[in-house]
Amino acid sequence: MATAVQSIDTREHYLNEHLGIRSWLFTTDHKRIALLYLVTLTAFFFLGGFFALLIRLELLTPPGDLVTADTYNKLFTMHAITMVWWFMIPAVPGVLGNFLVPMMIGAKDMAFPKINLASYYLFAISGLFLLYGILDGGIDTGWTFYVPLSSGYVNSHVAMFVVAIFINGFSSIFTGLNFIVTIHKLRAPGMTWRRLPLFIWSNYATSIIFLLATPVLAITLLLVAIERFFHVGLFDANQGGDPLLFQHLFWFYSHPAVYIMILPSMGVVSEVITCFSRKRVFGYSFVAASSVAIALLGFLVWAHHMFVAGMSVYAALIFSLLSYLVAVPSAIKVFNWTATLYKGSVHYDTPMLYALGFIGLFTIGGLTGLFLACLGLDVHVTDTYFIVAHFHYIMVGGAVMGYMAGIHFWWPKISGRLYPEGWAKLAALITFIGFNLTFFPQFLLGYMGMPRRYHAYPEEFQILHVLSTAGSTILGVGYLLPLVYMAWSMRYGKVAGPNPWKASGLEWQSPSPPPTHNFEPDTPIVVTEAYHYENPEEAPVAG
Amino acid sequence: MPGWNFALFPERASTHAGRVDAVYFFLVAICTLVTIGVFVMITYFAVRYRASKNRQAVQIEGSTVLEITWSVIPLMIFMWFFIWGAVVYWDGARAPADSEEVYVVAKQWMWKIQHMNGVREINELHVPVGRDIVTTMVSQDVIHSFYVPAFRVKADVLPGRYTHVWFHATKPGTYHLFCAEYCGTMHSGMIGSVIVMEPAQYQAWLAGGAAQGSLAQNGQALFQQLGCNTCHRADSLARAPNLQGVYGRPIKLADGRTVIADDSYVRESILNPTAKVVAGFQPIMPNFASQLNEEGVLALVAYVKSLAQQTTGEPVANRPVPNQAPPAGKKVE
Repeated sequence: MATAVQSIDTREHYLNEHLGIRSWLFTTDHKRIALLYLVTLTAFFFLGGFFALLIRLELLTPPGDLVTADTYNKLFTMHAITMVWWFMIPAVPGVLGNFLVPMMIGAKDMAFPKINLASYYLFAISGLFLLYGILDGGIDTGWTFYVPLSSGYVNSHVAMFVVAIFINGFSSIFTGLNFIVTIHKLRAPGMTWRRLPLFIWSNYATSIIFLLATPVLAITLLLVAIERFFHVGLFDANQGGDPLLFQHLFWFYSHPAVYIMILPSMGVVSEVITCFSRKRVFGYSFVAASSVAIALLGFLVWAHHMFVAGMSVYAALIFSLLSYLVAVPSAIKVFNWTATLYKGSVHYDTPMLYALGFIGLFTIGGLTGLFLACLGLDVHVTDTYFIVAHFHYIMVGGAVMGYMAGIHFWWPKISGRLYPEGWAKLAALITFIGFNLTFFPQFLLGYMGMPRRYHAYPEEFQILHVLSTAGSTILGVGYLLPLVYMAWSMRYGKVAGPNPWKASGLEWQSPSPPPTHNFEPDTPIVVTEAYHYENPEEAPVAG
Repeated sequence: MPGWNFALFPERASTHAGRVDAVYFFLVAICTLVTIGVFVMITYFAVRYRASKNRQAVQIEGSTVLEITWSVIPLMIFMWFFIWGAVVYWDGARAPADSEEVYVVAKQWMWKIQHMNGVREINELHVPVGRDIVTTMVSQDVIHSFYVPAFRVKADVLPGRYTHVWFHATKPGTYHLFCAEYCGTMHSGMIGSVIVMEPAQYQAWLAGGAAQGSLAQNGQALFQQLGCNTCHRADSLARAPNLQGVYGRPIKLADGRTVIADDSYVRESILNPTAKVVAGFQPIMPNFASQLNEEGVLALVAYVKSLAQQTTGEPVANRPVPNQAPPAGKKVE
C-alpha cells in the first residue's frame, strides 16, 4: 500500500466544494445525503449486530444463564427492529440509491432535493426515538408486535418504538416518491427505459412498494393506538375484535418489506456481475421485468406467514399457490446472473466476490422458501429456527452481501479512493464462512423442532447452537474489517480515478469524487444501452 | 438412546410425521440438486472464463427460449411441491370423525389439559398409542402455539376462538410439547411433554387420575350453579332455546343467517350472547364473560356436546316458539 498520502483535492468536488458542519446538515446534494445515511445506518447496523452477538452468546448453553429472560426477549426484539427499519430497509436505497439514482440516469440531483433531506431527517429523528426507547428500558414484544401481547401484556415501552417506526415509515415514503419522480422525469437525453441500468429498475420496483405498502404499516399502528386509547374493539377478542386482523395488516406491509430489502441488492448484483464479467447482462428485459413482477406479486402472498395462525384452509391453499408464483421471477434472476458469466471475462475483485456470494446464499435462501410455501411442511417448521435460518439467508446472505458488494464497488466513486484489495478479499471470505457457519446449523435445528425466540432450550440442541455462535463471532470480524479499512482508505487509499473498474455506467463517466452537479460541463447524452462492454477502452456514452 | 444427547433429525412418532418427512426429503433432494447445479455452473463459468490477456468477453443478448425454459420448468416443479404440500396440510387440518377429544387451555406460561373423563393435568398430555386424538384449544391471554415436533403438528392457540390439532401417535415415549408462538417473558419455559402410552397403561393412568366426574358432568354442575337451566329448558316456560340435541346442528338465527352449533358457537353464545341470537328468541341472556374462565367454558361446551349424544332425531329447540317470545319492543325481566 502506498504510504504517501495522495490528494484528491486538486479540483472541486462534492466533498470539498462546501466545508463545515452546516454545509452537511443543510445539504440538498443527493450524494451528501447518501453519506449522512451511510454514517447513520452503519451505526445502527453495529448496534443491531451487538444485540445479535449477545443473543448468540446466551444460546451457547441450554439454560438461560447469561441474561434474564426479559433481557433476552428485549435483545431479539431490538435486534430485529433495529436491523429491519434502521438498516435493511434504508441501506441500499438510502446510501447507494441516493448516491447513484441521479448519477446513473444522468441527472444533476433528485427531483425533490429538499424532500430528500427531509427523508434523512425523519430517519434520523426516528432513530433518536429508537435510541431513547432502547435506553429507557427497551421492548420485548418481538418485532412483529403481535396483539394482544403487545397491546396488553408487556410492560415495556411499546409506544416509543411505535412512534419511531411510524416516523421511519414516512422517511421510506419520501425516498420512494423521490426515486419514482426522478426516474420518470430526470433521465438524460437518450436514457430510454430499455437503457436504464438494472439497479435503477430494482430501485424503481422498490419505490413502488415503499409507496403502496408503508402507509398500511402506518394505518395499522394507528389502529393499535385507536384501540388502546379509545377502546374500539379491532384486534382485542375481549372487545369483539380479531387478533388475526392485526397479523393480516402487519404482514400486508411486512411481506412486501422483505422485497424492499432484497430488490435493491439484486440491482447491485446485476451491476457488479456485468462489470466484472465485462459483459452485457443475459436477458436484460427478463431481469428488469422480474423486479417489477416481484414487487407486484409480493403484495399477494402476505398470509403465508399465517398458515398455523388459525386461518381458513382454503385461504391457506391460495396463499401457498401465490407464494410459489413469486418464486419464479427470483429463479429467473439467478439463472440470468449465472448465464451472464458464460463466455465472459471474469475478474475476481472484491465486489464480484460478494456478488457471487450473494447468488449462492440467495439461492439457498430462496429454495428454503419453497419449503415454507409448502403447506404441509410449513406447519412443522414455521416458528422454528428453520424460519430464522431462511430469512437470514435472504436478508444477510442476500441483501447485506449485495449491500457490501455495492459499497465496495462504488466506494472509489464515493470517496475517490481505493480500499486495500487484499484486506477486502479476506473480509469477503471471512464473511462468507462466518455466515454459513452461523446460519446453516439453524436449518437443522429448525427441522428438529427448536422453536425460535427461546431463551433456554433442551440439551439436545446445544451442539448446533455452539456451531452457530462460533460462526457469529467470525461473521462479526468479517463486518468489522471493512469498517476499519474503509475508514483508513478515506485518507490513505490510492486515488481511484474516474473509472477504476472500467465499468460502463454513466456514473463512471464523471470524476471521482463527482462534482456537486455530477456531470460537468453538461448533462451527458446517452447513445447506447446499459452494459456496453463491447470495447472496454471505448467510452460507452457520447457526452 | 441414553447418554447420547445429540441428534440431527427429530423423532417420528405419529402417522402424520412420516407424511411430512416424505415431502421434506423430496424437497431436500430437488433443492440440493438445483443448488449443486447452480454452484457448479457458477464455479465452472468463473474459472473457465476467468479474465486473462487474450480473453475477450462474448456479448450475448439473451435467449427467449432459455428464459421460458427456466421459468416453466421451475413453475412445474413448484406446482408439484404445492399440490403435495396441500394434500398433507388438508389431511392435517381434518380430524377423523371419531377422534378422542382433549381440551387444552393455554395461558402465560403453562398448558392446562382436560380429558373428557375429567382428568386434568398441567404441562403434560397423556395419550394412548394408536388412537386419533383431537385437541380443542383456547388461550386465556395472548396467542400461544401448540407444537409437538415428534408429531410434526402445530397450531396457534388464540384468545377468543377454538383451534384444533389432531394426531395419531405411533410410538410410546415422551416427546416435547413446545409453545411456538412468542408469548412473553417465560415463553421458553412454556414447555411440556406429550406422553404416549400403550392403551392398557393409558387406561390405568386415566383411571388413577382422581377425576371428580367427567368434564361434561362438571359442565352440568356449572350449568345449574350459574342458573342456566332456569331459561334453557324443555318445557313451555323456556325463555331460551332448549339445548337437547342442539350441538352439531344448523341453527337459524334471528337475522336470517344459519350457523352450525359447534364449539365456537356455543362458546360465543355464553360469552357474548347477543352476537348470534336464535330465531324466535329475545336477546335477554346476560353476559357470562366475567363469571367464567376458559376451562369453565370448555366444561359447559362439553356438557352441551353431551346433550347432543343423548338424543336422536330432530333438535327440539331449533325452531321459533312464537307463543314464548314476548312481543317485540316490550321489555322483559
